[in-house]
Amino acid sequence: MNFPILSSLILLPIIGALFLFFTKDKEGNNLTAKYVALFTTVVNFLISIYLWISFDQSTSSFQFVEDRIWIEGFINYKVGVDGISILFIILTTFITPLCIISVNNSVKNRLRDFLIAILIMESFMIGVFCALDLVVFYLFFEAGLIPMFLIIGIWGGARRVYSAFKFFLYTLLGSVLMLVAIISIYWITGTTDVAQLYEIGIDVKYQNLLWLAFFSSFAVKTPMWPVHTWLPDAHVEAPTAGSVLLAAILLKMAGYGFIRFSLGLFPFASEVFTPLIYGLSVIAIIFTSLIALMQEDMKKLIAYSSVAHMGFVTLGIFTLQQQGIEGSIIQMISHGLVSAALFLTVGVVYDRMHSRLISTYGGLVSVIPKYSILFMLFALASLGLPGTSGFIGEFLILMGAFKDNFLVAVIASIGVILGAAYMLWLYKRVVFGKLINEDLKKMLDLNRSEYFILSCLAAPILFFGFYPDPLINTIEVSVTDLINTHNTNIASK
Amino acid sequence: MENLNLILPEIFISLSIMFLLILGVFKNDSSKITFNLSLFAILITTIITINETFSVTRETLFNESIVIDSMSSLMKIITLIGGFLVLVISSTYLKTFKIYNIEYPILILSSILGMMVMISSNDLIVFYMGLELQSLALYVLATYNRDQLKSSEAGLKYFVLSALSSGLLLYGCSLVYGFSGSTNFDTISNQLNSEEYVLTFGIVFILVGLAFKISAVPFHMWAPDVYEGSPTTVTLFFTIVPKIAALTVFIRFLYVPFLNLIDQWQMIIVFLSIASMVFGAVAAIGQTNIKRLIAYSSIGHIGYTLAGLATASNDGIQSSIIYISIYVIMNLALFSCLLMLRRKEQYYEDIDDLSGLSKNHPLLSLCLLLILFSLAGIPPLAGFFAKFYIFKAVLEQSMYFLAIVGLLSTVVAAFYYLRIIKTMYFDKEKDKYDTDHSLWLKFSLTVSTILILLYFIFPSQLIEVVSRINII
Repeated sequence: MNFPILSSLILLPIIGALFLFFTKDKEGNNLTAKYVALFTTVVNFLISIYLWISFDQSTSSFQFVEDRIWIEGFINYKVGVDGISILFIILTTFITPLCIISVNNSVKNRLRDFLIAILIMESFMIGVFCALDLVVFYLFFEAGLIPMFLIIGIWGGARRVYSAFKFFLYTLLGSVLMLVAIISIYWITGTTDVAQLYEIGIDVKYQNLLWLAFFSSFAVKTPMWPVHTWLPDAHVEAPTAGSVLLAAILLKMAGYGFIRFSLGLFPFASEVFTPLIYGLSVIAIIFTSLIALMQEDMKKLIAYSSVAHMGFVTLGIFTLQQQGIEGSIIQMISHGLVSAALFLTVGVVYDRMHSRLISTYGGLVSVIPKYSILFMLFALASLGLPGTSGFIGEFLILMGAFKDNFLVAVIASIGVILGAAYMLWLYKRVVFGKLINEDLKKMLDLNRSEYFILSCLAAPILFFGFYPDPLINTIEVSVTDLINTHNTNIASK
Repeated sequence: MENLNLILPEIFISLSIMFLLILGVFKNDSSKITFNLSLFAILITTIITINETFSVTRETLFNESIVIDSMSSLMKIITLIGGFLVLVISSTYLKTFKIYNIEYPILILSSILGMMVMISSNDLIVFYMGLELQSLALYVLATYNRDQLKSSEAGLKYFVLSALSSGLLLYGCSLVYGFSGSTNFDTISNQLNSEEYVLTFGIVFILVGLAFKISAVPFHMWAPDVYEGSPTTVTLFFTIVPKIAALTVFIRFLYVPFLNLIDQWQMIIVFLSIASMVFGAVAAIGQTNIKRLIAYSSIGHIGYTLAGLATASNDGIQSSIIYISIYVIMNLALFSCLLMLRRKEQYYEDIDDLSGLSKNHPLLSLCLLLILFSLAGIPPLAGFFAKFYIFKAVLEQSMYFLAIVGLLSTVVAAFYYLRIIKTMYFDKEKDKYDTDHSLWLKFSLTVSTILILLYFIFPSQLIEVVSRINII
């Protein structure tokens, strides 16, 4: 029996949270709690790096599998990773410690409880990405609602109650249909084990309805147009660390779910519904980019840009081309880093000026130059400039799309231009221009911890922008295998 | 000669009631000792019942009018444990209202006796006798705080409507007797055939009467008023213990005498289930009183339990029993929290009174948070698994409509549970509540919350216990 490395990744944050629970809550800046949380998450990050190093890139089968009987004769607790999921786990363990460092300024009260919520959230998110049983996946997928609801509701902004409710009910509504589908799959095939389901396959006559049930859940979580409206609310009201988790990791659960479950389990239905996904993705890309262009609120603008970027992701996944799916995964990783960075940069100026409105700012470059440079890097990465990780993802997705459907690819490319427009315009209005607001002159540049967090995010964005091989090598075999299985399935019909 | 050992629990509890009554007459100021003795009696009865479970598979007594099988033993044990815990956490509340008298434990014991007879009944007359015994005790319990107008109103309302439903039930029983020529469930099952249309009336009347007892929509009207008006500890008793007995009787009626008439009653149960789930979710949204809200929420939960019964499969029955067991634990925990909202000899029961609870009482509000999420059916808490098993059984029979309506109403129901959580966690704090709760109250809250929270680690145990119940 090997060391249960994935279970320890899931359990460690919970143990940290339990430890925090039994410490005394102090008012103000609770350093002990913060160090405990930071230590836990950093250890978790190191474990996940070890996981990546010892990961065998030459096979597409699941690795580090743990299989335990959970409910006799029904559900097994089964976890494991392949090339598709491992990167998301590393993204999660990488972003969480940064969130914890960033809570310095944004969370004023009940810091200990906040850290507990973040740690539990991390554990659930890792669980989602390594679950290899549909019920276990659903469990983690839904359980994440509880800490996120509290994070938005307790530590959020003025309209936090409305946003928290909207977030919770929207996501729950999407998910219950997935539960019906999961139980139905159990009765149709007799198992909920993903690896076994890949082998036996699901009868074609059920696939369409089941696909739609899964889609209802993933579409809300992605979020796809027209069920994206919870996202801007949730982002705007959540505290910075909450927004970061939401944008960087929570949204990726759905993209991951599309690849793992929608594509893997229902190949025929995926072919059938590709036009639907294309349509919704293209609308999301163009429409939400236009909305983003008109936003007054920086966080809202980034939230809408997230919807547009996720539109690229869903588009790429359903091209069913090697490049498209690889691009989607890299786009998700890149968006995880970039959107986290952008929310943190907004958080930096918000902590100082307590305003998220674009009109408050202007001419920041002469006051806080270090900040402006990093902000520029992230803005450029977001619009997909070559040399940043954003470029690799978008480029591969569009390449895949051109192979599959020329028209869709052309429209999506317009989205890239719009993306550049709103990001650059945002940057111009915030950083350049005349320094009108007198209060801005008193602003301090990045302090040490902010500088550290943003550099930590900037490094992989640049590194993978120039040298994406480590990412592509990791996912390549799994994606190739996924597409081959898909094609043989379709051909056998 | 009948083997009277099999009904030893019933005999023991009846003797205890008589003894306690005599004790109450002859001894002054005997409320404390009556309380303790009745707890002791329940404990002994539980031990006897548990002991019996191991030795008996299925036995009948008195011309097959009483049946002892794995379902009856399990349900009796749940009833007894529920009754024990209600009794044990009641004392502080009763003392506050100065109604800490000998009648309370004796009435609870008698209603438990009635329920045990109901659970074991295999005959229309025995069943009705048990039902009336428990109902009469419950009428009095509802008015137990007789100086309060609301409590008297609750009791009267409950009495009038319950009597009406008992009447319907009796009428149904007489029709069934008329067509089958027997009051025994097994004989009825052999005699009935579905071609007699008037017989359907009999079944409908019986189902209506039973639906009233478990407050399924559209026979739920009494529940919110009675739950709100009765003393809180009695409400707790109402929400859990009689439901267990009524559910058992429901299962027995549907699956023993009426099994062959499944086409006749399946639609009725599906309707009751859907109506209860939807109504319970929608009507609770506007409530401000927690006890009223719990009334609506329990209507919803009964809807889920009925969904399991509607499947006409052993899986469905088992999942209903699992549901009701988890529901008992959740309600026990919820009411323990409610009984902790006490400040200077006064109890608070509005949602607004919970405002900002998390700042003053972080642990209490954390427990309540877990309980509410569990009631809403969010994983990984116990309430999710309860619903999960139900829908698993429902989908096995391909009843997609029932499953989808049920799951969508959980989303609606989640809204009002979230509203309470919102009040606790997001709103401004109020004055602190007293913290000197009785040890038993703390014990029941802690244990039930831990069970709810950690159920997911050992889900198989409960299934194993329940899987021995095979009715069909």
